Amino acid sequence: MESNEPLKDFFKEVGELWRFLIRFFSTWLKPRYEFQELLHQCFSVGYRSLALVSITAFIMGLVLTIQSRPTLVEFGAESMLPAMVSISLVREIAPVVTALICAGKIGSGIGAELGSMKVTEQIDAMEVSGTNPFKYLVVTRMTATMLMQPILTSWGCAISLYGGYLGVNIKGAVSWTFYWNEVFDSLEYGDVIPTLIKSIFFGLAIGLVGCFKGYQTSKGTEGVGEAANSAVVVASLLVFIIDLVAVQITDILRLT
Amino acid sequence: MNATEVIRIQHLHKSFGKNIVLNDFSVSLRQGESLAVLGKSGSGKSVLIKCIIGLMAPDSGQINVLGYEVPELKQAALDQLRVKVGFLFQSNALYDSMTVRENLEFPLRRHRFSKTKAEVDAMVHEALSAVGLAHTAEMMPSELSGGMRKRIALARTLILKPEIILYDEPTTGLDPITGGEISRLMVSVQKQYNTSSMVISHDLNCVSLVANRVVLLLDGRCYAEGTLTELSESKDIRVREFFHPIHGKERFE
Repeated sequence: MESNEPLKDFFKEVGELWRFLIRFFSTWLKPRYEFQELLHQCFSVGYRSLALVSITAFIMGLVLTIQSRPTLVEFGAESMLPAMVSISLVREIAPVVTALICAGKIGSGIGAELGSMKVTEQIDAMEVSGTNPFKYLVVTRMTATMLMQPILTSWGCAISLYGGYLGVNIKGAVSWTFYWNEVFDSLEYGDVIPTLIKSIFFGLAIGLVGCFKGYQTSKGTEGVGEAANSAVVVASLLVFIIDLVAVQITDILRLT
Repeated sequence: MNATEVIRIQHLHKSFGKNIVLNDFSVSLRQGESLAVLGKSGSGKSVLIKCIIGLMAPDSGQINVLGYEVPELKQAALDQLRVKVGFLFQSNALYDSMTVRENLEFPLRRHRFSKTKAEVDAMVHEALSAVGLAHTAEMMPSELSGGMRKRIALARTLILKPEIILYDEPTTGLDPITGGEISRLMVSVQKQYNTSSMVISHDLNCVSLVANRVVLLLDGRCYAEGTLTELSESKDIRVREFFHPIHGKERFE
């Protein structure tokens, strides 16, 4: 019987996560609206992740271009480099890597913050102060990650494409105008829109897991560490699962 | 409910799985009184006051606070009641990301009191002055000592001018001197704000300073009741065990 326990715990956790998500949507539209806290969270989630996303995206674009060049040269398709890099970055690499960065930074941050608030009774104190802590803490954070993730992804795409431009010019001479013309000629709405839509779901997953793990924290400070850690692991895993589903859907809808 | 009673608890039951925490517990708190609920760690004292304030739902039993039947209250009514009942948390529960001033303003803003900025400032100043920490308004909780944090938490409770204050282990984690200062502060606040209070504790020094009446919570029920002197002189072995846990001979052995 004992061997079934991990499986049972897994399904129990999935069930609780699902209920948490339903509670989020059912609380979302009900007043009272926490606009001030939402703005604060958007600033916290978006602006404070900007530097990390920018650096990662720049390196990603640069490295991808440098690594792709030899293969394209071999096939005599060096001129396809801007197009290939832009499609790879915009469709797949930039949104997924940005989401993974955010899962690490934002997901763990939310998990640790809410976890420490839980174990130090700050969430109870909020309730006693006439505040719905779920609405004030969870709904605002999840909404902020949903709103900010597509913006961070768009920014990440732009910076990584700039990194690609520098990468192209390390061993070649491509003008700024030519590079961007090539990039925009190769990109279609079918590349950009699915990316933005799946980024919203990535944001939802990151916020959901961070808030869920933090809100369910027990076992004192040890539990806070566990919440932060498992928030990153589960959110990263969910990002890949959502990506897999998104690719299948865009393929079925023939958007790619 | 008796006219002088502000809290009346009857036949309260609460369990977590097979662990029965409160088992037919009954007690009442009278107007202007300071009642201490003594009990061992894990005996269900904190569960009791969390049930009183509506943070936990009892399995059965009645909890009447200022005329409100707490387990039956809807959220809006519960929020109204919470304006009249202050709660000092064991861990202080100050919001780490806010200054002391913002911590104090938070309950005012959340309970939607329509106050001007000047009125709010005056209320914050009054509450901080009552606990002797008017100079800390712009400080962060992390800059304060344990005793100061406890005082600020009490000031946050006082800002709504509650009729009842519930104290959850107010001196836990503090040295005896600071614990004594907090206990004396609780007495002075009770007089100044004309409140009734229920103190959950296992600190006999604190209880001796603040309580008019003491209830001993054992096996989930009200095992003994009286003044601290009456209980400490009780012949009942379980009550004596609580007040005289280590006999002289055992101490040397």
